Amino acid sequence: MSQPSISKSMTIGESGLAVVFAATAFLCVIASAKALDAPFAFHAALGAAASVAAVFCIINRYFERPAALPPAEINGRPNYNMGPIKFSSFMAMFWGIAGFLVGLIIASQLAWPALNFDLPWIQFGRLRPLHTSAVIFAFGGNVLIATSFYVVQKSCRVRLAGDLAPWFVVIGYNFFILVAGTGYLLGVTQSKEYAEPEWYADLWLTIVWVVYLLVFLVTVIKRKEPHIFVANWFYLAFIVTIAVLHLGNNPALPVSVFGSKSYVAWGGIQDAMFQWWYGHNAVGFFLTAGFLAIMYYFIPKRADRPIYSYRLSIIHFWALIFLYIWAGPHHLHYTALPDWTQTLGMTFSIMLWMPSWGGMINGLMTLSGAWDKLRTDPVLRMLVVSVAFYGMSTFEGPMMSIKVVNSLSHYTDWTIGHVHSGALGWVGFVSFGALYCLVPWAWNRKGLYSLKLVNWHFWVATLGIVLYISAMWVSGILQGLMWRAYTSLGFLEYSFIETVEAMHPFYIIRAAGGGLFLIGSLIMAYNLWMTVRVGEAEVQMPVALQPAE
Amino acid sequence: MSFWTRHQIFEKNSIILIVGILLVISIGGLVEITPLFYLKSTIEKVDGVRPYTPLELAGRNVYVREGCYLCHSQMIRPLRDEVERYGHFSLAAESMFDHPFQWGSKRTGPDLARVGAKYSDDWHVTHLINPRAIVPQSVMPGYPFLSQNEVDPDTIADHMRTLRTVGVPYTDDQIANAGADLKAQADPDNAGGDAFSKRYAKAVVRNFDGKTGTPTEMDALIAYLQMLGTLVDFKIYNEKANLR
Repeated sequence: MSQPSISKSMTIGESGLAVVFAATAFLCVIASAKALDAPFAFHAALGAAASVAAVFCIINRYFERPAALPPAEINGRPNYNMGPIKFSSFMAMFWGIAGFLVGLIIASQLAWPALNFDLPWIQFGRLRPLHTSAVIFAFGGNVLIATSFYVVQKSCRVRLAGDLAPWFVVIGYNFFILVAGTGYLLGVTQSKEYAEPEWYADLWLTIVWVVYLLVFLVTVIKRKEPHIFVANWFYLAFIVTIAVLHLGNNPALPVSVFGSKSYVAWGGIQDAMFQWWYGHNAVGFFLTAGFLAIMYYFIPKRADRPIYSYRLSIIHFWALIFLYIWAGPHHLHYTALPDWTQTLGMTFSIMLWMPSWGGMINGLMTLSGAWDKLRTDPVLRMLVVSVAFYGMSTFEGPMMSIKVVNSLSHYTDWTIGHVHSGALGWVGFVSFGALYCLVPWAWNRKGLYSLKLVNWHFWVATLGIVLYISAMWVSGILQGLMWRAYTSLGFLEYSFIETVEAMHPFYIIRAAGGGLFLIGSLIMAYNLWMTVRVGEAEVQMPVALQPAE
Repeated sequence: MSFWTRHQIFEKNSIILIVGILLVISIGGLVEITPLFYLKSTIEKVDGVRPYTPLELAGRNVYVREGCYLCHSQMIRPLRDEVERYGHFSLAAESMFDHPFQWGSKRTGPDLARVGAKYSDDWHVTHLINPRAIVPQSVMPGYPFLSQNEVDPDTIADHMRTLRTVGVPYTDDQIANAGADLKAQADPDNAGGDAFSKRYAKAVVRNFDGKTGTPTEMDALIAYLQMLGTLVDFKIYNEKANLR
């Protein structure tokens, strides 16, 4: 390796990672051979295969690459690193379609239970975590990683930190998704909602996440701008808080290091509180703070207007992250959780309405002076409508956290409807809007293949969302009212199964809505594919961004 | 210096920004979670709640594995209709040995916190194999494969040992006899039945799935379902003493 002067040599990162992965491959082979259960053997084998592939890729890359690593700057302009962003964008689209499809399947299973086929791997109880994880962590997570790597480079005017590290983050994260997802199908779960993956997947995610934080943070530290751009505050809060939540909710003791099963350290009431502290802030920091960062970068960029109010964004930021963390207990109203905790959770959930709408106003008012663009630019329309959905569901949420309202809504489909107005309307649309912007930028294309198709996507998906959430409102409130209905003689009016039967038409409407949303995403995938394949290349390097302030 | 100028320290220093974020997000969690570990009123004083028997524990793991908690809650709220439909509202003490908790968040099917002893074992076997054979309008998946899977009596002691480490008070005696107890609970003719019943108060010994041989996951799951909510005797439970 050590040849004279100009010849190339392996970097410490390359050789170190290759050694680490070789060791990992060895350990995984042993784990696979000694495994106590089939899913663990399978996952260990997956780990071994992935580690061997990683060693091969690192060495192969070393032989293919020029002697010098890519420079941080070319002709005084930052040499942005787009590879990991492209990878994550592609995976986001892939997992998005997979996640929406599984959602459609489980929605159909609730309407027609024969679709469970009496098989363990595809019955509702195992597919449901697959759906939630695929859309939240696989689709949403890849969108967040792709956009955060893009935004942090552009707004700091510096190349992404690390050489292999960004690739480790994007591939490692998707490997986590693969292990988690196949685990659900094989019955590997710790049953904590949105934190179902077992201990070994959690450990792997912890490593990936720490590297993600380091790549992001070091890029910020290297920045050429005096100020850290607003979007990056939100990305940082998202990354840091998700790490805290993940570590707080998941400490578990495996029964054996060669088996998939573990028991979580917390029990009963404390476990419930930890779980919903985690669960609600997965919403607050993964699905809100992270995507607000997208809002703060992509809407001003697409509308070509500055952020409406910088001061509002400061207040928005601190108030949002301070208040959100308290809101968890509203998932446990009227349970065995002490009243004082429930009341605290409710109080802070109601207060949370204010910063949420502050953020919405900041996003929407950024359009002032550019409202006409909504007519001509369907991508901007998607972004703006996502903020409107954000406003709607952040009003609905505080309302549902009021104990009397919650006594009706909890345990019913109203919660599912609420989640999906946020997930499809806000997270989905803001992600679609961001990807529609990001793909032409990252692949250096003049524009999208077809704005007309974006328009079709927008309307098909919007119709799907409206069908979905209105069906769930009606079924949720209907079921809640039926559960508590009394006859004039003072008896409960409906048996439980009568309330299940009453849901049937709404489950069909919901599945239809989900189907439309899926069709929209297929239109999108085609559009993005064609943008990359046949889109005209941008002739000039795009001009470097001015900071927002 | 105005507030807005002062704020620039966060905008210009990534480390200070991160420290600020960490401080701000810690407060809520610390205030809401830590007291639950030391406030004595958090968990009621009750008699009768015990750790799961080996067979019930195996059944509970099936319940977790198949994602039952996604459609069935185990948490009866103190609301008139729920108490009349399902029974006494759930106590914190009733799930204090649950790692993880199974309170659930959605009732696509009914609450199961007190489903124990409500239906016969036969009912459960038929219902789990094909829910629509008993309840034609049901949307629950069928779980016929549970009858084919045997429960491993040899590893259950490791599970109990792990649970003991995280705080479930299994005795040495219970752990030493775990495998035998697992078989004994599903076999009324087993010689170890008496010793088993002494180790686990109120545990029911029955052939839950009606088949002989090593207990199946069907046995285990039904043993678990049949004990849910049966441990606390609400005739003697002192409601006033535990008002919170």
